[in-house]
Amino acid sequence: MNEGANGAVVVARDVTRRYGEGETAVDALRGVSVDIAPGKATAVMGPSGSGKSTLMHILAGLDKPTSGDVRVAGREITSLGDEELTRLRREHIGFVFQFFNLLPMLTARENILLPLTIAGEKPDEAWLAQLVADVGLGDRLGHRPAELSGGQQQRVAIARALVARPTVLFADEPTGNLDSATGHEILELLRRSVDEYGQTIVMVTHDPRAAAIAHRVLFLADGRIVRELGEADQHTILSVMEEVAAESAPPSS
Amino acid sequence: MTRFAIRAVLGRKLRTALTAIAIVLGVAMISGTYVLTDSIDQAFDRVFSQIRQTSSAVITGKPAFDLSGGSGVAEPTFDESLLERVRELPGVAVAEGSVDSDATQLIGRDGEAIVSGGAPNLGFSIADGESPFNPLTLVEGSWPGPNEVVIDRKTASENGFRVGDVIGVQAEGPVERLRLVGIFEFSSGLSLGGATLAGFDLPTAQRLFGKVGKLDEIALAAKPGVTPEELVAQVEEILPPGTQVKTGQEQAAADASETNEFISFLRTFLLAFAGIALFVGSFVIANSLSITIAQRTREFATLRTIGATSRQVLVSVLVEALVVGAAASVVGLFAGLALARGLFALFDAVGFTLPNTGLVLEPRTVVVAIGAGVLVTVLASVYPGFRATSVPPIAAVREGATLPGEPLDVVRGTWRAVLLVAAGALAGVAAIGTTPGGTIPSIVLALVALAIVLLGCALFPARSLGALIAGGLGFAALVYGLFAPDLGTTRVLLWIGVGVLLVFFGVARVTTRLIPGLAVAVSPAARWAVVILSALVWPFFTLPFWLLRRGAWGPGSGAQRVGALVVGTVLNPVVAVVASTMALRRALTRFEPEWPVELPGVVPELATVAVGRENARRNPQRTASTASALMIGLALVTLVATLAAGIVQTFRGAVDDLWKESDTDYAITAQNNFSPIPIDAAAAAARAPGVVAVMNVRTGQVRVLGKTIFATAVDPTARELITLSWKDGSQEVLASLGADGAFVDDGFADENDLKVGSPLSVTFPDGTTALFRVRGIFEPPTGGSPFGDVTISTTAWDARVENPRNLYSFVAMAGDVTPENTAALEAALADFPNAKAQTREQFIDNQIAGLNAVLNILYVLLALSVVVSLFGIVNTLVLTVFERTREIGMLRAVGMTRRQVRRMIRHESVITALIGAVIGIVLGVVLAVILISRLEFVDFAFPAAQIVVFVLAGVLVGVIAAIFPARRAARLDPLEAIAYE
Ligand SMILES: Nc1ncnc2c1ncn2[C@@H]1O[C@H](COP(=O)(O)OP(=O)(O)OP(=O)(O)O)[C@@H](O)[C@H]1O
Ligand SMILES: [Mg+2]
Repeated sequence: MNEGANGAVVVARDVTRRYGEGETAVDALRGVSVDIAPGKATAVMGPSGSGKSTLMHILAGLDKPTSGDVRVAGREITSLGDEELTRLRREHIGFVFQFFNLLPMLTARENILLPLTIAGEKPDEAWLAQLVADVGLGDRLGHRPAELSGGQQQRVAIARALVARPTVLFADEPTGNLDSATGHEILELLRRSVDEYGQTIVMVTHDPRAAAIAHRVLFLADGRIVRELGEADQHTILSVMEEVAAESAPPSS
Repeated sequence: MTRFAIRAVLGRKLRTALTAIAIVLGVAMISGTYVLTDSIDQAFDRVFSQIRQTSSAVITGKPAFDLSGGSGVAEPTFDESLLERVRELPGVAVAEGSVDSDATQLIGRDGEAIVSGGAPNLGFSIADGESPFNPLTLVEGSWPGPNEVVIDRKTASENGFRVGDVIGVQAEGPVERLRLVGIFEFSSGLSLGGATLAGFDLPTAQRLFGKVGKLDEIALAAKPGVTPEELVAQVEEILPPGTQVKTGQEQAAADASETNEFISFLRTFLLAFAGIALFVGSFVIANSLSITIAQRTREFATLRTIGATSRQVLVSVLVEALVVGAAASVVGLFAGLALARGLFALFDAVGFTLPNTGLVLEPRTVVVAIGAGVLVTVLASVYPGFRATSVPPIAAVREGATLPGEPLDVVRGTWRAVLLVAAGALAGVAAIGTTPGGTIPSIVLALVALAIVLLGCALFPARSLGALIAGGLGFAALVYGLFAPDLGTTRVLLWIGVGVLLVFFGVARVTTRLIPGLAVAVSPAARWAVVILSALVWPFFTLPFWLLRRGAWGPGSGAQRVGALVVGTVLNPVVAVVASTMALRRALTRFEPEWPVELPGVVPELATVAVGRENARRNPQRTASTASALMIGLALVTLVATLAAGIVQTFRGAVDDLWKESDTDYAITAQNNFSPIPIDAAAAAARAPGVVAVMNVRTGQVRVLGKTIFATAVDPTARELITLSWKDGSQEVLASLGADGAFVDDGFADENDLKVGSPLSVTFPDGTTALFRVRGIFEPPTGGSPFGDVTISTTAWDARVENPRNLYSFVAMAGDVTPENTAALEAALADFPNAKAQTREQFIDNQIAGLNAVLNILYVLLALSVVVSLFGIVNTLVLTVFERTREIGMLRAVGMTRRQVRRMIRHESVITALIGAVIGIVLGVVLAVILISRLEFVDFAFPAAQIVVFVLAGVLVGVIAAIFPARRAARLDPLEAIAYE
């Protein structure tokens, strides 16, 4: 596994991100530094508009910071061109989206295999079988996304994100579009991927229950990391969240 | 990626099908054209080779120069004494002489000439029915003897002729009544289309055709062991001047060459229209793909996030286009076969039966049709494909992310643009300059150059500037092609073609800028045009449909409902059938038809109209591309209509000038208004009571100053019957041409430095050459000259041309036009059923009618590209409705009725169509003005009535295009529409 100097697979230093220019400019991130440790789940929390998604996009190389450095798997990515970023994504990054983002014309199996197909690689059938069994999609592989429930779609999305064994998996509100029971199953699945395959996960969430599966919880407010927790239960997380919200609410606006 | 692309196609069947239709139509036209023309070609080749099958060699008259068909002069005959001398040759087994004529008119039982379309009326001699040269077999009766006739089975059965009947036959002289003794068919079962065939014995044929003592050809069979070539060599030894000998096969090829020429003209002509349809189709495809790609932004972005490179995205779009293009082309290829079959049937139905020996599908047809279809689709997808590559991965997560700019944004730059345009323009000039070398490579190069220029224009940072430069260069190319001297036809056509293409691209792009304004401007017109149209169909469709639905499922009392049913059915029984099926569907399925509460009105609410209008405005690029497809078709239609109006107006003016101070009361022409007719007809008319003077104009090809030209001959009476405008000379010239006088038209005189007094040596088809002197130079009227380049007297003409023909004759009568005079002329012409007498006005109208026929053919062919653009609108609307599902759901949820949804979509459609129509019409008129300023013989005339019709046609296209998408939109369930993700 490629690791940073301190063992972290994703390293951000003094990352800022400004949207727009002049008077209407918005500073979504105001200097964030973070190290993501391998084989652990990291949750990112914070009030709406605090910059969680922005941070995640930048860590994943989807967006570029206005200033600061980001290293993924030991490579500085802020200066990479499109071609190299694409290769980086193929090898090191997996995504799970809030709205699943499955391709409607492909079956579940084809969706899962898509990253390999695109990279021109042969699927490892044993790994695929295990993955499918683990996400619990055994009999659904021939179905199209439209024929699957939201939870099933998200399972397909997770299998797709895991199939290429990425260095790090990013998930932005993966349960945001699911009812709480289904959401819980998805979270278990994510946590199991950490426990069983040693998958590194960065997950943005609003839900303290979701954050409770993480080894580490980062709290963002107004574009800065304001708190950090290790493994914690959902009540602790909820109270920290309320604190953060209370602190950040008055000055903002 | 390929599989992904194919799945993407399959996953969007409706949208793919709609896109593909544009290609299917164009390709069908290409393959249909090839299949049709190849089939006709094959049929004619078989006919001709069959006829010559048993001939080892054939002797024919040899014209002094090549004559084109229908020129009014026949190939020269030769003396029949040659036959005896040929028979004495050692290699000859059988020799048989014959004469023929392509103006052997049979008279039907009703006394009218039997004519069907443009098919020829063939007459020929059958010296010996049992001779090996006779390709015919008797079905009934016997071979003809003196003053007898045999005819083909089709003509006999269609006109109710039986063996033993006496039928009228007219060739060069007046009608003769001959006994029908036999009915024949081709031994091989061939059909010669709509032609009538009549056979006579040799002396009868010679008399009828004015060829007594003469022969048109001698067919020879060689003795065993003598090859055709040896026979030809023997014949050549004794061959008199003015004759030639060919082997049977060579003769068959020569016989076929004229039809081959016509067929290849027909082929090129039809292919041009197929090309236009494909060009319009490329707009439709590019537009549909652009829209689909914009809608699939999330999909492409997701692909990027899981590791697809931008090249893979591009490839997936191109592969998708390739798959669609290939599938559509294959469908089009077979549709073309059906089209060709349909055309055969159509021609048959209008009485112009084409010879048909089965449909021919050459490998070339498959290659060209599929190649063109695939190429156009893939080319049209390149730009949308590049747009897809500019979708950033982040778009996968940003809700409502739109495409960032255009792919060219990175490389945009004025200098680069200027350089590229200049390079492309130079390449174009060079490519077109090399045309005479090889046409196909030049065309390809010119198209490549065109693509470079277009790319250059697209690179200008100011988009409109680029568009204006494209349009400007287009106009420049057009004007250069039209006005530059000595370019030659191919180069002129290439310049015009390239110019027009550039103009279309330029205008299409500028249109984007104009859409917001235009949409507002045409909106009221669109609204009221639709109101008028709906008011027209209201009593016949809208009202009965409403009554029937109300009758079928309430509300209202039983009696009211029964009444509604009855009245509705009476008003429109067809709609009653539709309503019954709806009722049936409702009973059997969960189908719930619209609840018809209010009486349907025709005036759409302003609010609905306003939403429709804003929808048309909100994506100007999309509306512009959709409208542009229609713009092209309408520009061409308008161009044709304006040219035609100009030609008609100038022609009228010209004829009016010609007759301004003349005594002409009547004109005599062939029934079809243009075929040259035997001169006996006018001679008979001259003997009619009351005729003061007749002026004949003969026409034919001669050779003058090294060129084959159309010459005319005129009677001295012309002095009183027409008025020419003389540059040098006077009306007197017409009366005093004598044996060696000629007058020439002013352009011909300039070109060849002729003055009054210049000698002019004229060679006639029979090889005789005579010296004439120029007596006068006239300025032909702008609407077309009544004469050829050189005109001599009819006396001089008849002395050298066998069987001369009149193109037309003018007649002056005592008392001018009166019913009595008309009757007298008609009586005099009774023996010449192919000739008709007309008043001046009728003459003008008849001449114009020919033009109208041509015009209608052009309209039909251009209608195809309008249909393609109609599908373009359907396509855009379906995609738009799909894209706005949520929005339409919202509108429905806040109380918009289905009818209002439909009207909203329809209004958007009609606005788009009207914009296309208006721009197309303006462009068409502009192009016509440019063209007309080049054509000396046409003045500009504004075809107001036609243009009103075209605008209405545009509205209709909009209304029709909206039907299907509007129904889809109206059927969206508001709840589902909102929940849709
Ligand atoms: N593309 C953009 N253009 C301009 N401003 C943006 C853009 N994306 C985000 N922002 C702004 O940046 C700030 C941070 O946005 P971000 O999406 O990262 O918040 P978030 O923490 O993910 O919020 P949420 O919990 O609602 O998803 C917000 O103020 C937002 O308005
Ligand atoms: Mg967010």
